[in-house]
Amino acid sequence: MSEAANELLRIESLSAGYAQPVLRPLSLQLGVGEILGVVGPNGCGKSTLLAALTGSARLFSGQIVKRAGLRLSLQQQQPPIIDGLPFNAAELIALTGATAQGLPPWLAARLGERLDQLSGGQLQFLYLWACLQAPADVVLLDEPTNNLDPEGVAFLEGVLQRRASEGAGLLVVSHDARFIDAVCTRTMRLQ
Amino acid sequence: MNTDVLFDPLFAEPFATGLTFAILLPLLGCYLRLRDEWLAALAFAQTAAAGSLLAMLFGLPLALGGLAAGGLAASLKHAFEGATRGAQGAAYAMLLLLGWGVSVLLVANLPLAERMGHALFDGQLYFTDRSHLITAGVFTILALTVLRGLSRRLLLAHFFPDFFRARGLSERRAHFAFDLLIAGALALATMSIGVMGAFALIFVPPLIAFSWADGWRPAILLSLAAGLASYIASFALALLLDQPFGPLLGLLLVSGGVFSALLRSFLGRN
Repeated sequence: MSEAANELLRIESLSAGYAQPVLRPLSLQLGVGEILGVVGPNGCGKSTLLAALTGSARLFSGQIVKRAGLRLSLQQQQPPIIDGLPFNAAELIALTGATAQGLPPWLAARLGERLDQLSGGQLQFLYLWACLQAPADVVLLDEPTNNLDPEGVAFLEGVLQRRASEGAGLLVVSHDARFIDAVCTRTMRLQ
Repeated sequence: MNTDVLFDPLFAEPFATGLTFAILLPLLGCYLRLRDEWLAALAFAQTAAAGSLLAMLFGLPLALGGLAAGGLAASLKHAFEGATRGAQGAAYAMLLLLGWGVSVLLVANLPLAERMGHALFDGQLYFTDRSHLITAGVFTILALTVLRGLSRRLLLAHFFPDFFRARGLSERRAHFAFDLLIAGALALATMSIGVMGAFALIFVPPLIAFSWADGWRPAILLSLAAGLASYIASFALALLLDQPFGPLLGLLLVSGGVFSALLRSFLGRN
């Protein structure tokens, strides 16, 4: 497959932020089956990069070129408030169009339970699963290993690799250097 | 106690009119509670009442004034929230004050408005006729159809706001459509069951349902059941005891809400 046909999205000299630029001019591209890790210190614009890709941040310069009809999926770092809401794990997964098939056993057994009855790690994995398994060409993950125990991280690595082998491109923002090294096909460091 | 009054055909249409709102409001209330915007119900009902009084002043149908004011309130809220980031919920307090100010001024200056103002706040279900029933029925069917289409978007926007935006969907558009639905429902409900009766029906049943249900669909059904049961019981009690309907509905729902919370606490969850 040629490089152009393989390309899912391309960023050219992009500077993005909110009231002011947070992300310094940056260029990158993401292809089919790639897992691109983005690392860097706090405040360098890692999450802003994801926000720019989904249209939530302001673009100051440069451009984002997406393949026509590209479907994005994004897992946010901070899940919304779910206390007191009658919503269960199965309903949450179904919302993004994902299925529960292949969930780790420790979560599959709790599909009928309300979200406010789950632990932080279970909730984090559930949100990750819903976004990772949603019908999408590019999956954006923001600090996916937060709250996960080693077993959860190991399971997640397998899910990411399987998703990439199915043809999706993944962009992973994380402070977890071990995780990035273990799972990413390429790494980019922001300053 | 004369139970024959329960089957008097005179009360059939008022009963059916209120019944449509006892179905619609508890359902809408679940989505309001999801968004933690329950104060919207009071703000929209209050603004609609002010709109009805203004319509009366100009010799226009009350329902038209209520619906127009409700639509205007939803638009103002939308514009206000767009202009003030991080002031979520402040628009409702502003609308409450606006509705209150207009209503009190009208009531203070127009003798007829005083009577009508009381009727709008306390409810005038027994005086509704076939035109109210038809309007309420048609609106309820339309609203349920729209809500069916909006439901997934509202849930997705709440639980996956970034995912929602990443898909190119507009949260503001979905929320504005929902606000218009709420404003319209409350404007019409205010004409028959009153400001506080409508507020009670949209606020309390979801409050009860959310603490018991293990999922969204069960919560919707439980909220609907709580709304219907309290409405039917209040209507019957009001007729049997010859008491105003609105306050009885409010008291019955509050009693149910308190009992539910105590029982939930006793049984040990939430």
